[in-house]
Amino acid sequence: MRFVVLRKSEKWMESGAPPDPQLVAAMQRYDDEMREAGVLVAVERLQPSSNATRLHISGGKSRTVDGPFTESNELIAGVNILDVASKEEAIAWMKRCPTCQGDDVEAQFEIRAVLEP
Amino acid sequence: MKDALIDAVTPAVGSADIDRTQIDRTINAVWRMESARVIAGLTRIVRDVGIAEELAQDALVAALEQWPASGIPQNPGAWLMAAAKHRAIDLLRRNTRVEQKHEELARELEEQQQRSFADFASALAAAADGDIEDDLLRLVFISCHPVLSPESRVALTLRLLGGLTTPEIARAFLTPESTIAQRIVRAKRTLAEAHVPFEVPTGLDRAARLSSVLEVIYLIFNEGYSATAGEDWLRPALCEDALRLGRILAGLAPQEPEVHGLVGLMEIQASRSAARLGPSGEPILLLDQDRSRWDQLLIGRGLAALGCAEQLNSKKNAGPGPYTLQAAIAACHARARTGEETDWQRIASLYATLAERQPSPIVELNRAVALAMAFGPAVGLELVDKIAAEPSLANYHRLPSVRAELLFRLGRLDEAYPEFERAASLARNARERELLLNRARSCTSVVATGPAPQ
Repeated sequence: MRFVVLRKSEKWMESGAPPDPQLVAAMQRYDDEMREAGVLVAVERLQPSSNATRLHISGGKSRTVDGPFTESNELIAGVNILDVASKEEAIAWMKRCPTCQGDDVEAQFEIRAVLEP
Repeated sequence: MKDALIDAVTPAVGSADIDRTQIDRTINAVWRMESARVIAGLTRIVRDVGIAEELAQDALVAALEQWPASGIPQNPGAWLMAAAKHRAIDLLRRNTRVEQKHEELARELEEQQQRSFADFASALAAAADGDIEDDLLRLVFISCHPVLSPESRVALTLRLLGGLTTPEIARAFLTPESTIAQRIVRAKRTLAEAHVPFEVPTGLDRAARLSSVLEVIYLIFNEGYSATAGEDWLRPALCEDALRLGRILAGLAPQEPEVHGLVGLMEIQASRSAARLGPSGEPILLLDQDRSRWDQLLIGRGLAALGCAEQLNSKKNAGPGPYTLQAAIAACHARARTGEETDWQRIASLYATLAERQPSPIVELNRAVALAMAFGPAVGLELVDKIAAEPSLANYHRLPSVRAELLFRLGRLDEAYPEFERAASLARNARERELLLNRARSCTSVVATGPAPQ
């Protein structure tokens, strides 16, 4: 079963500060672990919203709005596509994310089942 | 208030039961993720895959007892490994005919246990990291050992590496649970009695042993692929299990081109899942499928895996193996946005190479179809006639159906008609039979109204 996991953005991700190289290495290993377990279909981590654009389409008309966007709790920071046997497995994998460990860390994921045709 | 709400919705189930199912599902998920590594690591210690699995199962029982109350541990794999090792020590101590070797092993393990649990767990995780991949690969090879029958290899692989339970395997293969259980017990005994070593084969042996592994994975995939709509969901899920095993193997043995070839083949075949069954569950032929329903994500991955295999082969100056060739054929179809855009010449040439590597009448039959699509029905018919007498094709409906189709296209309707009838008589299900009888009928109706279109 495929699940798309959306990682909600935290304020520290929006700052655009370069990430700690140890964390980058840990994330690389984490991605590799998921790949080697045969469950990672795709993963993308997104640039801060300063580089983002929103496209609004209404009544045949469209307009774009460039970031940064201030309501950071509504923003997406990353997308994973996992191929696992159950939602519980998807949850178990996401709990292992290196950027979610520690007493002072907050992280929110939304786990969505992919609509099968 | 909350409990009352749950009771109102599902009066027979209390909130405690709902939590229990949730935690069981979570533990099941953790088992799928961790069990293979735990079993692999244990096998290296106890040198017997059967004992290793029993110890791992004991650890699972302990987890099912303790985790609902204590919560899922931070590092579930390490917890399971530690629990299993604890039981391994007990087992070795309890063995009254204990050999000197066992005594030493038990002492060594016990010394490790002297340290605090947390230290042990993290030391385990750290130390195991480097070796565990090797152990997993050893486990793959031992589960697929040729001394076991193909069904036994499949059951053992799904059990030890796939993390499936015996009931799950039984449901997936439409086989009684007791049969699967017996199969696994006997397989472990066979491996022990044959003293199959826990090692990764090298040298000349490696290619044959690897081929055995790939065969098991593809068998699992095909079982899943053959499942029709409306069947137990565990059956088509076998395709995903096979894909996962293939991807795991690609990670463990990244230098083997045929592994990437098999993964590519499975990814591309799986990409057609949504398009290959009709509304009433009837199979739709490749050329009739709605290609907009082909999963482009899987096609992309399949093409990438195939590319990897081809790159490895070109570096070694080696030709493509059978799985890589089949993946290349599947890729030709995957790349064509419509049936008309299919590169049939390339497909025909790939089948020719496949026929050299793995000669078989079925490969020749597929080659005949490709030749007909590329160069016209007469060319295809020439090859079909050459293999028409093959004993292995005697009851295969596709031989007369292909022959009939080619004769039809050549306007030889009076010859096509009996072939369609013959194919219908060999058809494997009502739907196929109906399709072929319709084709037969079209021969007579066209004869009545005029010549056949070329």
